[in-house]
Amino acid sequence: MAVIDKKTIEHVALLARLELSEEEKELFVSQLGDILTYIEKLKELDTSKVEPMAYATATTNVFREDVPTPSLKLEEVLKNAPAKFQDFFKVPKVIE
Amino acid sequence: MRVAELISFTGYQLQEKLLSRELTAQEVVEGLFANIEEVEPIVRAYLLLDREGAVRKAQEVDARLKKGEKLGPLAGIPVAVKDNICTNGLRTTCASRILENFIPPYDAHVIERLKEADAIIIGKTNLDEFAMGSSTENSAFKLTRNPWDPKRIPGGSSGGSAAAVAAGTAFIALGSDTGGSVRQPAALCGVTGLKPTYGRVSRYGLVAFGSSLDQIGTITRDVRDSALLLQIIAGRDSRDSTSADVPLPDYLKELEKPVKGLRLGLPREYFMEGLNDEVRKAVEEAVKVYEGLGLSVKEISLPHTPYAVAVYYIIATAEASSNLARYDGVRYGHRTPGAQNIIEMYSCTRAEGFGREVKRRIMLGTYALSSGYYEAYYLKASKVRNLIRQDFSRAFETVDFILCPTSPTPAFKLGERLANPMEMYLCDIYTIPANLAGIPGISIPCGFTKENLPIGLQLMARHFEEAGLLKVARAYERETEWHLRRPV
Repeated sequence: MAVIDKKTIEHVALLARLELSEEEKELFVSQLGDILTYIEKLKELDTSKVEPMAYATATTNVFREDVPTPSLKLEEVLKNAPAKFQDFFKVPKVIE
Repeated sequence: MRVAELISFTGYQLQEKLLSRELTAQEVVEGLFANIEEVEPIVRAYLLLDREGAVRKAQEVDARLKKGEKLGPLAGIPVAVKDNICTNGLRTTCASRILENFIPPYDAHVIERLKEADAIIIGKTNLDEFAMGSSTENSAFKLTRNPWDPKRIPGGSSGGSAAAVAAGTAFIALGSDTGGSVRQPAALCGVTGLKPTYGRVSRYGLVAFGSSLDQIGTITRDVRDSALLLQIIAGRDSRDSTSADVPLPDYLKELEKPVKGLRLGLPREYFMEGLNDEVRKAVEEAVKVYEGLGLSVKEISLPHTPYAVAVYYIIATAEASSNLARYDGVRYGHRTPGAQNIIEMYSCTRAEGFGREVKRRIMLGTYALSSGYYEAYYLKASKVRNLIRQDFSRAFETVDFILCPTSPTPAFKLGERLANPMEMYLCDIYTIPANLAGIPGISIPCGFTKENLPIGLQLMARHFEEAGLLKVARAYERETEWHLRRPV
């Protein structure tokens, strides 16, 4: 398994859309390295014949009729918006 | 009635006194707030107190009782709610800067149920940011202190709920448990914490952390109150498709039934190195109480226990990294001012809004799911998770309940484990397996250390066996008085 270096941290931070300070990058290089070293112990186990488990209880697909039901009012949905324009959430320019 | 006496009651006792009109709901609420004024500056369990709303609801309950109306089973009983459960019109922050001013436009399923039961919501309790932590020290807003020793942590992440119930600033409370966040703080604060089976309680309106692990639970002063509260919040809800369509027993009715002949298993892996001696002794004494009650006790093995923490920190962080992607500054929550483009807005909003532990977990989870590492980490962890679940299935073929400590140590000092995340993660070594397997677990008080710190006993059961779990916990409680002790 890979060693965590600063370049990896920067790549993962980009994927996670998380701006990190230089101090945080250095801290995470060492801390994530320690945690991943601990997690290495999973390699001791042979899991070639084990099925992965996604859910704790026997869950299969849950279906329901597609019936329209009332949802939140527009004004309630927009109430917590950091910025809005008419009935829309407003964000910085996306397309150049 | 004196405040000290009033606040000593359990929810069940309050229910009796309210129905017999020995007490009014307004007296209960006012007595509680009198104690909050005195104790809250020391314990600091709440992020928000809704005194006005509580008094209004109490007056409404009293008026309806006076008219002889039939009210819900929690009529007039104050409830504290962990601040990651959405409450319509009441700020819900998850103890995070990113949700500092978020006012939900809807109630979580459990809040709807509490309101239908005529309970009184008194406030929102402190937690580790987004429920990520074991000491409540990761809150962006305040440190909560253990009512038994204010220099120590209350446990976490539902530390505010546990501290409030222990300190008499709440009678009953809701928490959430992803890796032990109800049971561990309950153990460290000397109260009772129940994590139901995954799917027993709807997660609708619980802010998501690890969706295959999260479950809402109860924090109370005794097992009877756990049963009372679980009865209200449990059951199928179509808005959470993982909430189970499984018949709901009458928990209070099952509670006092006989326990003789039931089989307890002691997993040897839970009594190895790292377990504090005083905790071990207290749990061994509890075993003797059960033997005295006619239960059989034998040693069992859950061989994959040593891998549980490693599995958890892959699965929980992977799920968290995905769940927390929604905090982007677009629809609600904090947004960084002045960003020039959308990527910068996302990245800076999240950098400013999240605390260090949340960032650490998002990073770990994103890494574990990233291209080239998925199989080595997430898939591997999901397979070992299955082995852990199989350990439990095998054990439950020969025993009915599993008994062990809740936490390897009593409450530690504030700041003691902040520098080393791995040390903090190992706090949950005995509670994580139940979340991975989806089974129910309860922590009940079983003793005190020489320094007068509470010790918790954990019991675990098969899926959807909460009725039996509560009954066995209650049988111990009847024989002992640990749950009656209060901090001074």
